[in-house]
Amino acid sequence: MAIKLLTFGQITEIIGQSESAVNALDSDALKAQLIRQFPGLKDLQFVIAVNKKLISKNTDLKDGDTVALLPPFSGG
Amino acid sequence: MSKEEKYNRYQRQVILNEFGTVSQDKLFSVKVLVIGAGGLGCPALQYLAAAGVGQIGIVDFDIISLTNLQRQVLYATEEVGRGKAETAAKKIRALNPEIKVEVFNTRIQNSNALELISPYDIVLDGSDNFATRYLLNDACVLLNKPLIYGAVFQFEGQVGVFNLEDKLTQIKANYRDLFPFPPLEKLSCNEIGVIGVLPGIIGVMQAAETIKIVTDVGMPSTNKIISYNVLNNRLYEVEIVPNENMGSVMPKSKAELLKFDYEWFCNAPPINEQITPEDFHELLKNEKITVIDVREKDELPLITWIENIHLPMSEFGRGIKTISPTGKIVLICQSGKRSLEALQILKSKNPGCEVFSLIGGLDSWEKKSKSSV
Repeated sequence: MAIKLLTFGQITEIIGQSESAVNALDSDALKAQLIRQFPGLKDLQFVIAVNKKLISKNTDLKDGDTVALLPPFSGG
Repeated sequence: MSKEEKYNRYQRQVILNEFGTVSQDKLFSVKVLVIGAGGLGCPALQYLAAAGVGQIGIVDFDIISLTNLQRQVLYATEEVGRGKAETAAKKIRALNPEIKVEVFNTRIQNSNALELISPYDIVLDGSDNFATRYLLNDACVLLNKPLIYGAVFQFEGQVGVFNLEDKLTQIKANYRDLFPFPPLEKLSCNEIGVIGVLPGIIGVMQAAETIKIVTDVGMPSTNKIISYNVLNNRLYEVEIVPNENMGSVMPKSKAELLKFDYEWFCNAPPINEQITPEDFHELLKNEKITVIDVREKDELPLITWIENIHLPMSEFGRGIKTISPTGKIVLICQSGKRSLEALQILKSKNPGCEVFSLIGGLDSWEKKSKSSV
């Protein structure tokens, strides 16, 4: 499935861009794929949103979905 | 002061149709507690005071240093070395002598969180570390107070409103629904840097959310997190959905909150809380221990060669209550990452228990067993 990937914070630094196009069937597969491609992601904590809604378990993806990877910030 | 004089200062907002004296009165009667008088706290405090919030509490134990002044704009160069909470109070009292300001020159922690927060109506999180953020969240949930979240990293910020019931959906989400686990590395503005205007923007957005909630004007970002990037002015809004599993990790009473070890929860376990496959092997031979497999139900093969409890991470928060372990506990997952998270949870809820995470998980244990055959 053709997905638009948005990243924030340290994730953007690791992946190299804040917006990119990827292909994945579901969120677990997408995560595994990204970690394989960018091993620096393995030890990062982040949460996943599909079409602007946070997910807490594996979610199927469809063409045109937007997936956002959000790391927590602590600065204040 | 006469009725007219009461609103004089606020005339510019009172004449707005949506606002009026009704909204101003609501601001007069609310009490807002601001945790941290730093990058986020300074701008938030300025605008809350300017708007006429009746009572503002400031919690900060730190002193002003030179490198703060790049973004903590309440302070003057000659004030370097002075206490932040007291100095911030002095500045906002000068800005608006009509409001009440309380100073708490202290660090917020388990022992005082509930006491500090109880008298206030809303909490604004201007802290700079994860342990405090989780503590504030849990205390606000226990005391049923809305929490205005803000955080920054280099050129990006986050804002959100937690623990406030959405009028339409009646849903109430909080910080643990958004970020169930903290990152294990500690990164502060001191180490990674931040552009000065960023906390300025985010802090004022937090003040704006507070004002919207109090006056019922506009739409607060309830159950949402807004990500903002100052480099390209992009705003991205994500809806947070309550996560039942992580809800169980949260302390459910004052006693549990006092016991919960937030530093533990937010820091990597020391190396002696992690066990090598060799030592695990020895332990199994010599002692009666409880082994917990935290992999999900569909991860195969199941561990059949030793007695174990299968409690997947997706149910861990809820499920640990049902376990009465005998002796030491060893947590296992596939690679050793999730078992570390499970260890964080177990130890922060039960600081006295003896629990270990298997280094490298099943992957390394299998490798070790195969090589020793």
